[in-house]
Amino acid sequence: MIEFRQVSKVFDSGGNKVEALRDIHLTVEKGDIFGVIGFSGAGKSTLIRTVNLLEYPTSGEVIVEGNLAKLSENEIRQAKKDIGMIFQHFNLLNSKTVFDNVAMPLLLSKLKKREIKERVHEILRFVGLEEKAKNYPDQLSGGQKQRVGIARALATNPSILLCDEATSALDPQTTKSILHLLKRVNEEYKITILMITHEMEVIKQICNRVAVMEDGHVIETGNVFDIFAHPKTDTTRNFVKSVVRDEVPESVYRLLKENNDESRIFKIEFFGTDSGQPIVSKTAKMYNVEINVLFGNITELQGIPFGNLIVELIGDDYEIKRAIAFIISQHIEVKEVLEDGSQHRIDRERFVGNALHG
Amino acid sequence: MEVSTELIVNALWETLYMVSVSLFFGGIIGIFLGILLVVTRKGHILENRFIFSIVNPIVNIFRSIPFIILLVAIIPLTRLIVGTSIGTTAAIVPLVLHIGPYFSRLVENSLLEVDEGIIEAAKSMGATPLQIIYRFLMPEAFSSLILSLTTATIGLIGATAMAGAIGGGGLGDVAITYGYQRFSTITILVTVIILVILVQGIQGLGNKLERKARRV
Repeated sequence: MIEFRQVSKVFDSGGNKVEALRDIHLTVEKGDIFGVIGFSGAGKSTLIRTVNLLEYPTSGEVIVEGNLAKLSENEIRQAKKDIGMIFQHFNLLNSKTVFDNVAMPLLLSKLKKREIKERVHEILRFVGLEEKAKNYPDQLSGGQKQRVGIARALATNPSILLCDEATSALDPQTTKSILHLLKRVNEEYKITILMITHEMEVIKQICNRVAVMEDGHVIETGNVFDIFAHPKTDTTRNFVKSVVRDEVPESVYRLLKENNDESRIFKIEFFGTDSGQPIVSKTAKMYNVEINVLFGNITELQGIPFGNLIVELIGDDYEIKRAIAFIISQHIEVKEVLEDGSQHRIDRERFVGNALHG
Repeated sequence: MEVSTELIVNALWETLYMVSVSLFFGGIIGIFLGILLVVTRKGHILENRFIFSIVNPIVNIFRSIPFIILLVAIIPLTRLIVGTSIGTTAAIVPLVLHIGPYFSRLVENSLLEVDEGIIEAAKSMGATPLQIIYRFLMPEAFSSLILSLTTATIGLIGATAMAGAIGGGGLGDVAITYGYQRFSTITILVTVIILVILVQGIQGLGNKLERKARRV
């Protein structure tokens, strides 16, 4: 468990004070894959560095099995062996082989040669790089280098892994495989992971909890699904949009212009529970409307479908209203797409009322 | 008048003797001061304003004194250390004081070239400052340090030419006393050729070792 209590950090560079962290409260539970997202300069780098005291908080406490900052230098060094860290640019020693890089933390702990050898091979096997043990980092691809970084971070059997933009220098394919590996680290070794990133895709793929940072503050925090489904701030909304496209495409507006009275366009938003197709086909069967899917963006968050469908409902006004009222009654959010570019959230009661009146 | 081969060979040995002994001691001083200049600077692993603000100007002072002046200026110190102020061995004291600070700047540069991320990784593993220096900084800077040492060696060969001023002997001394003062063009020519070959050889060796260290 990692706990941030009223953590603040002020950088003082020649009278020019920069508040990198402002009154951070955050709890990372044991077993979490906790993501911190924010634009560069939001303070997330500083935040992750206060955990292993690469940066000392100006005020407040970071609790990792107690407050490290209160320990002696020697005790801090011991405590750091329980916190692994991987980096955006890997930070491997180019003068050493893969084996020696992974062995380094064990060497620093003055383990016996035989123990080191055993442990290094075991962990290299885990990350899938056993046959690269004698290679040098400059002979490896970016993804392989990060695997070495992960192996090195895990060598001392830590209970926490800090990931500092670990996939930001990698292509999407490699990013996926590294994230997959991190997930295995979390599940097989029961290691709590705290990662910072500026890519919502990363959060989407493996995190269970997320905090959004802006200007030194944590502006939103919660489990990933809730944050994606109901972002409260513009920043968060923008991050969510980067993964789940939210805007209505141009072609839909073009269609609206040519539209006759017999059809209206709606955006149906799915936040889990009832997913995609059944509701559409069900509605089409139950009411005298034709449903035409124009655009869809459904993704999966922690195994739960999530996203939106833009559909065209064709039929007479009364039937369309009844159909929409039915969809709303299934606890699904529906917004009408209008020509002026606005999206009106359909008021449920008004609709029910209208349906009755009609 | 002609210069005997024996004289030239003797002078060559004197030069090599001065270079190797002063390189040994100067190298140790240079590495020590170079590391000190790096790790005690602001924001580094052993930040220490006091030590840095002493070492830094001392290195600058030695670097700013022309060697020919340093040679005579420290005669009392030389006498204190080796018992005499004249001769080949006596020349080694100023040579060490000349090359040590010079080499320390080169070491400083080499160590500063090491990516800061490496130090961050070392710290995150809980390495002690000493471990950071010899397990991380030195190995990562190794190839660059070889080139620095090569440059320092060649600089040292140049400096030994002036050792003649205090009776240090060596190739430079031969070139001046026989070649210049007695108008022996051939002596100048021969010593210059030997020095060129020496420098070429050392630079070539340095480059080769550096490439080997970089595994190319």
